Amino acid sequence: MAVDLSVNIGDLFLKNPVMTASGTFGYGLEFADFIPLEALGGIIVKGTTLHPREGNPYPRMVETPQGMLNCVGLQNKGVDYFCSHIYPQIKDINTNMIVNVSGSCPEDYAECAERINELECIPAIELNISCPNVKQGGMAFGVTAEGAASVVKAVRAVYDKTLIVKLSPNVTDIAGIARSVEDAGADAVSLINTLMGMVIDIERRRPVLSISTGGLSGPAVRPIAVRMVWQVAQAVKIPVVGLGGIMNARDAVEFLLAGASAIEIGTANFIDPTVTLKVIRGIEDYLERHGCRSVREIIGAMEC
Amino acid sequence: MRKYVLDLTLKSNERLREGYFLLKLTDGNPLPPMEPGQFAELKVDGSETTFLRRPISINYVDEQQNEVWFLVHEVGDGTRRLGTLVAGDRLNVVLPLGHGFTMPSSASERYLLVGGGVGTAPLLYMGKRMAEAGCRPTFLLGGRSAGDLMQLDMFRALGDVCITTEDGSAGERGFVTHHSVLSAASFDRIAVCGPKPMMKAVAAYARSKGTECEVSLENMMACGVGACLCCVEKTTEGHVCVCKEGPVFNINRLLWQ
Repeated sequence: MAVDLSVNIGDLFLKNPVMTASGTFGYGLEFADFIPLEALGGIIVKGTTLHPREGNPYPRMVETPQGMLNCVGLQNKGVDYFCSHIYPQIKDINTNMIVNVSGSCPEDYAECAERINELECIPAIELNISCPNVKQGGMAFGVTAEGAASVVKAVRAVYDKTLIVKLSPNVTDIAGIARSVEDAGADAVSLINTLMGMVIDIERRRPVLSISTGGLSGPAVRPIAVRMVWQVAQAVKIPVVGLGGIMNARDAVEFLLAGASAIEIGTANFIDPTVTLKVIRGIEDYLERHGCRSVREIIGAMEC
Repeated sequence: MRKYVLDLTLKSNERLREGYFLLKLTDGNPLPPMEPGQFAELKVDGSETTFLRRPISINYVDEQQNEVWFLVHEVGDGTRRLGTLVAGDRLNVVLPLGHGFTMPSSASERYLLVGGGVGTAPLLYMGKRMAEAGCRPTFLLGGRSAGDLMQLDMFRALGDVCITTEDGSAGERGFVTHHSVLSAASFDRIAVCGPKPMMKAVAAYARSKGTECEVSLENMMACGVGACLCCVEKTTEGHVCVCKEGPVFNINRLLWQ
């Protein structure tokens, strides 16, 4: 008996709950030699902004215990370049190609989202109100309920497909922010983005990263992410997409049990470019072992 | 070029000198095509402080023996772990990654290959491929002292070898840029791999002579495939990924002065 791995995120149908996290999987094409991209539930491509961004200076990355810090800073060639050069290369990949959208003011977010709304083969966007590595915008919107709602409202007014909002963990009450973006019209929330951190080179007595701080990802953050997904899933009615340090199927199931309807794999792609396939297979094995016919049976099925 | 994730088998792990070891790996299937200057991402198991793979340049490919070689410098716990591997161990490798050195356009092209320290590693495979194309390169290899220079017999079999050491214990005393071959001979093309100050000095020499010059960068990497945008170098076209656009760059693309 085949197990049904499909899930829905609002109107978005996913053949399985495994997606790739923005900024860790390029535009998917970078991994096409390693896995059949159409096997994935979705691919969330690199953060895109209205105008091109150079990103932060090198060095942008430092390895940490069970993780890494990055301060890439949303380097991308802008939405026009995305539409004219990237979209034609990815539009025929047979999975949900989702664009992560960022900006420095609500108007920029909205204009960028409006452009992507016109792209037939992009069924959803993930609104990034949680990037810790840019001076203006980014996380600034994601750390207050009012700021988060203002961006979501501006985008909702011009974007009519599935709108996922990516939340920052660098807040005191993530459930409150999730509720505010739900009220502002989001179809789903995804969490967590990276946790702001810092590493110091003690010999040089200087920060390792060019802008001093960066976002922590990898298994080091996973228990925090699981806790936040659990809290948010109880606070909102819209679907929750869980991410943060997922390295294998066990970790993915943990997020599903905590209440996530789907998950994203990020940093693990750097260590094993085929990890997504292994997670899909591993979720299937788990469901068979537990006598489940559908992955939907385990969403939020943690018992307290 | 198509990239692969492979579980290779270690044939030997030879310590070439203190802190440097040579891994020779093989596979049941023929190894994929690889170009000189490309690199691989080696998975490190069993290190508590190592989370990411380690990018290591391709030292040599022996098609007859179906082997790929990696010359590794022990820098931290990750590379130290790789040094503890023994024959028969499996090592998960992603390869080939990035763009390598430009091959000579003709057999008569005078090609200078400059290496310092572990930076000599990719030049051995480059020399082999050039020899197969009927070229005889000049190698200019530098170290602090005679004991720093590795694989010299293999280099000598492939081309003319010039050596500098800072203490004068082998070859000419000084840095590679002080070697007499640079004033005695002229070259059509130069490829360099080594410490950044050395590469910058050779690049300055190449500019002064109007010689085509490529350098191999080793910015800190995470993904190795151009997805994470961590290892960027600022170039004439803005920030580009060293792992995907490089690691080999023509100096005219770099903002080095």
